Amino acid sequence: MSFPWAEQYTPKHPLMQWIDQRLPLPRLVYNSVGSGYPVPRNLNYFWNFGVLAGLALVIQIVTGIVMAMHYNSNAATAFDSVEHVMRNVNSGWFLRYLHANGASFFFVVTYIHIFRGIYYGSYKAPREMVWMLGLVIYLLMMATAFMGYVLPWGQMSFWGAKVITGLFGALPLVGEPIQTWLLGGFAPDQAALTRFFSLHYLLPFVIAGVVILHIWALHIPGSGNPTGVDVKGPQDTLPFHPYYTAKDGFGAGVALIFLAILVFFMPNALGHADNYIPANPLSTPAHIVPEWYFWPLYAILRAFTVDFILPAKLWGVLAMFGAILLLFFLPWLDKSPVRSGSYRPKFKIFFWILIADVLILGYCGGSPAEEPYVIISQLATMYYFAFFLIILPILSMVEKTKPLPNSISESVLHGEKAEAAPIGVTPAAAQ
Amino acid sequence: MAAVETSEAQVEDGVRRRDFINIAAVSFAGVGGAALLFPLVNQMNPSADVLALAQIDVDISAIEEGQAIKTIWRKQPVFIRNLTAAEIQEANAVDVGSLRDPQTLAERTQEGHTNWLITLGVCTHLGCVPLGAAEGENKGEFGGYFCPCHGSHYDTAARIRKGPAPLNLEVPEYAFTTDTVVRIG
Repeated sequence: MSFPWAEQYTPKHPLMQWIDQRLPLPRLVYNSVGSGYPVPRNLNYFWNFGVLAGLALVIQIVTGIVMAMHYNSNAATAFDSVEHVMRNVNSGWFLRYLHANGASFFFVVTYIHIFRGIYYGSYKAPREMVWMLGLVIYLLMMATAFMGYVLPWGQMSFWGAKVITGLFGALPLVGEPIQTWLLGGFAPDQAALTRFFSLHYLLPFVIAGVVILHIWALHIPGSGNPTGVDVKGPQDTLPFHPYYTAKDGFGAGVALIFLAILVFFMPNALGHADNYIPANPLSTPAHIVPEWYFWPLYAILRAFTVDFILPAKLWGVLAMFGAILLLFFLPWLDKSPVRSGSYRPKFKIFFWILIADVLILGYCGGSPAEEPYVIISQLATMYYFAFFLIILPILSMVEKTKPLPNSISESVLHGEKAEAAPIGVTPAAAQ
Repeated sequence: MAAVETSEAQVEDGVRRRDFINIAAVSFAGVGGAALLFPLVNQMNPSADVLALAQIDVDISAIEEGQAIKTIWRKQPVFIRNLTAAEIQEANAVDVGSLRDPQTLAERTQEGHTNWLITLGVCTHLGCVPLGAAEGENKGEFGGYFCPCHGSHYDTAARIRKGPAPLNLEVPEYAFTTDTVVRIG
């Protein structure tokens, strides 16, 4: 579906007409990321991050397939094969550092993408399905990143595998059998490594599939925009190509500069030195933390220190999974009819506190499990859940929102104040 | 908008500044993408550890006249054969002009070491390992090597004499570092 004024694909060359009648693939591309997809004309740079996440996925798949040609998923030789990639394979160091830092790049842009969605209410009707598919992608990304981190079979790989599968061990009754089943043994070993490699190779393609669904679902209502006001006519939109291909291309260039700085000048800045020590089942590293993109969740996991009806360990696991699962209910927790946070003065305050809160959780998650980080994690965890379960539902009932612009084009052309009208009031000037 | 663009186009003689920026940006991205392709393709070339095996030293002092050994160079078999006087004579007696791949024994060995015939043990037909290096193996009709896959016969100078192979067994680059040690590669 698209807006009725979308440009139509009309191939002129006879060959393109011939193809279009038999396999309308060029038409699909034209209508998805070409001139045939009308996009609100007021998107800001936060709307670049979906494309950047797609770019990151491509980088990860390409460098990953290439490294799988040299990697060896045997517990005895996996560590050495990674060193082989680093030292012997032509440009291997570049490909591996690009893959390792590419994962961080992927998560950075995805987190910005997610919080963009929260701030601008991108999860609200009619885009709930877009939001939920995005969360599915995020969950798949976490599983893929975790299993990828196990493959080098260093100390952090081994103990990461042990700790993360241990999360499932916290479940009552079925926990331990599930952990044993996941690992194919009682501790991470050959069986775990081989299956993690297999799934690490598979899941990115599953992600690619869900990405297609994500974009498909997005293109039914069309992209949102910073005002949150619906598109009303052709004057509100621009064709995706060349306007947003150019804008996304520029954004991609800037983002790739940051990735290149990481890869070429500080390739191990986000990693852990301990992972350059081969896995040793008899010795846990003194300070074991996951990769930075799991730190906020790790802090929530560790925030539960007291048994209350259920064991503290189980509370931590439930809270950690709950922190993500509750996002699936966000479209129904936040009932405010105003999408964009720019027109919700109170929401905006709580939103920025949430950002700070998640950064604090991240900092605590990367720190040792001792005071004052434990108490800070506990308070930050409380705010995280309170934001979604208490603050948002109440805000959506009591908040007095600012007047919305009549339309996207008027907000662009005349400024928002001149054309603004209170929510629910249709100004006489509107078309 | 259209009117503005037309007047701009007239002022700038048909080529707008934006056209230049467009071409420059896309070219820049194209060059970057192409540069990125190089490591992706080059990683499939032999890695440093494979290239490190590209040169071997072989001690040939224990090979007696009439004997041959097989060794491995670049993961491929190499035959090192200590020819007898009779075998040398037999090889030299052949009319070179009648050969499929005309070469004399002298061209296939090194001066002062003409009794040492060093060749790859790879049939030039489709890459099987010919018989004849180990004792008791079929040496073919010409007393050199015989490839069991498709019946190529090589003579005592490892030249193709009969069968489908197009060329003589390949002589790798090598040098005698001493009288008893040869460096292949």
